[in-house]
Amino acid sequence: MARKITYQQAINEALDQEMSRDPSVIVMGEDNAGGEGSPGEMDAWGGVLGVTKGLYHKHPGRVLDTPISESAFIGAAIGAACNGLRPVAELMFVDFMGVCFDQIFNQAAKFRYMFGGKAETPVVIRTMYGAGFRAAAQHSQCLYSLFTHVPGLKVVVPSNPYDAKGLLIESIRDNDPVIFFENKVLYTMEGEVPEEIYTVPFGEAAILREGDDVTIVALGRMVNMAQEAAEALQKDGIHCEIIDPRTTSPLDEETILESVEKTGRLVVVDEANPRCSMASDIAGLVVRKAFGALKAPIEQVTAPHVPPPFSDVLEDLYVPNAAKIERAVTRVAEYR
Amino acid sequence: MNTELNRESLLKAYRMMRTIREFEERVHTDFATGEIPGFVHLYAGEEASATGVCMHLSGNDYIASTHRGHGHCIAKGVDPAGMMAEIWGKETGTCKGKGGSMHIADLSKGMLGANGIVGGGGPLICGTALAAKLRGDKTVGVCFFGDGASNQGTILEAMNLATVWNLPAIFVAENNGYAETTSPNYSVACENIADRAAAFGMPGVIVDGFDFFAVYEAAGEAVKRAREGGGPTLIEVKVSRYYGHFEGDQQKYRAEGEVQKLRNEKDCLMQFRRHVTADGDISAAELDAIDAEVLAMIDDSVVRAKADPKPGPEELLTDVYVSY
Repeated sequence: MARKITYQQAINEALDQEMSRDPSVIVMGEDNAGGEGSPGEMDAWGGVLGVTKGLYHKHPGRVLDTPISESAFIGAAIGAACNGLRPVAELMFVDFMGVCFDQIFNQAAKFRYMFGGKAETPVVIRTMYGAGFRAAAQHSQCLYSLFTHVPGLKVVVPSNPYDAKGLLIESIRDNDPVIFFENKVLYTMEGEVPEEIYTVPFGEAAILREGDDVTIVALGRMVNMAQEAAEALQKDGIHCEIIDPRTTSPLDEETILESVEKTGRLVVVDEANPRCSMASDIAGLVVRKAFGALKAPIEQVTAPHVPPPFSDVLEDLYVPNAAKIERAVTRVAEYR
Repeated sequence: MNTELNRESLLKAYRMMRTIREFEERVHTDFATGEIPGFVHLYAGEEASATGVCMHLSGNDYIASTHRGHGHCIAKGVDPAGMMAEIWGKETGTCKGKGGSMHIADLSKGMLGANGIVGGGGPLICGTALAAKLRGDKTVGVCFFGDGASNQGTILEAMNLATVWNLPAIFVAENNGYAETTSPNYSVACENIADRAAAFGMPGVIVDGFDFFAVYEAAGEAVKRAREGGGPTLIEVKVSRYYGHFEGDQQKYRAEGEVQKLRNEKDCLMQFRRHVTADGDISAAELDAIDAEVLAMIDDSVVRAKADPKPGPEELLTDVYVSY
């Protein structure tokens, strides 16, 4: 039965249900319970923002607090995946990939190919991303395109509670390494989520709104902003089709291309920096494979090519919003 | 000296070391002809280390290796013929010709891979050891790494985590005196790599890596401790390599006559032979017979590797994901 829960609760529920179903699933990360070795109570935090709260007591011995030592514990999750477990490791903020990226892109991502198809690495790395918390340059980036670039990794960017639960369960059951991106602003977003276990397959985009005038492809938190923009544009007589790829690797190219074949106009909305981004990747895809259908130049609505700033004034300017999307869609729609 | 090794085990250890030596000498020779592609790092000279450690391991135990990984692979039971084909880039190779010398792995043998990244194996072996500990299956994980890797954060982080989680892990620092060209006298801030063990709350021991029995004994204690839940150990194996960092290295950073002196005075096979034949239980003729068998086996593996086909073009696009 579906009821309204938050994105954060949906993630917690997916972990809880999969840990109950499969004893090989373990959870590890910095303060994932919280309080290990300290004089007070255990499960003091349940992760820095409380996403894994409660799992420690429900699943004794299977929620491991780690030292602040990302190379060691992300690598350990990968090694454990090679030896029969299905670890879900938390890289607290994706910005911290800089201190452990080797274990992800040179080790986990390569094992299957490099070892001639004889290795499986069923590890999930959950990580927070995105601006909006005034957390500044080292705690606010959207780095999914860096992982998407690496063959061997799967990259998941859920935009709502329903997808978060279904995609996380799919991630845990997948036999390839999966990087699961959680937008920290979306943690409080509520949505209908079934209580029962279900999966959302990788590489299947969601069409969240149908329209004939302009295709908007948006990722993560930007999906909601695109919906807000589309609602306003509807009043002006511009009908947008909104596509949420849900996973950037694999990418559902077909759904994007089919939509552009219909509308002939595309706006890509990506909270990340613009160069070598999902925005430029999707724009490039459409230019290569649906060039004949295009009636207007493709617009990209992204953060500018600067690090995320701290000041609220600057951060609000940095992140794409519904107004920017509306302007871009209008330009594309009016192009003749 | 160790007395627990029976005759059968001694012959097995000798065969393992001889196989590694013969394999590496043959790759060295063949590489010089220009027929072997890529980067190759040879383990000749260090055979007692891999053998002394892996003689304590079963197929369910894991090891993580280094770019200089052929010896570890052979000692862990990876098929030398498959390895040779892999090094020649053939479809019959251990990894279907997709890995090469630096990435030979066989998880069915508990061999988690040679590794092109210096220090890459430390965190991984913490993971296999964690899985073993959570299952309570009494298996262990061994991370082989070099003096160069001893300065990598991954190794230091892994040793810390191994103690924090009391993992059945053994860290084997093969100090062969050169990180590429750079001596640990320069690059390692303390006198011995093993000295760092104290900082991570684990026992640290130093052994002569030319002496199989010394390695075997130290590794035996460490593996026993790990299997019994006593946590990790750092073993520093002081050894040397007979060839360059990679094949083609002119080795101008080494002292004149250094390798020849080691071959003449310290060689692990020479010492082993002298030791086991001294009491007359094993004859030189028996060891000679093993030498001949190993030589024939390596010859055969090269003949087959040369004749085997390269991977078909369709192999380029497979083994990336579950789906393709």
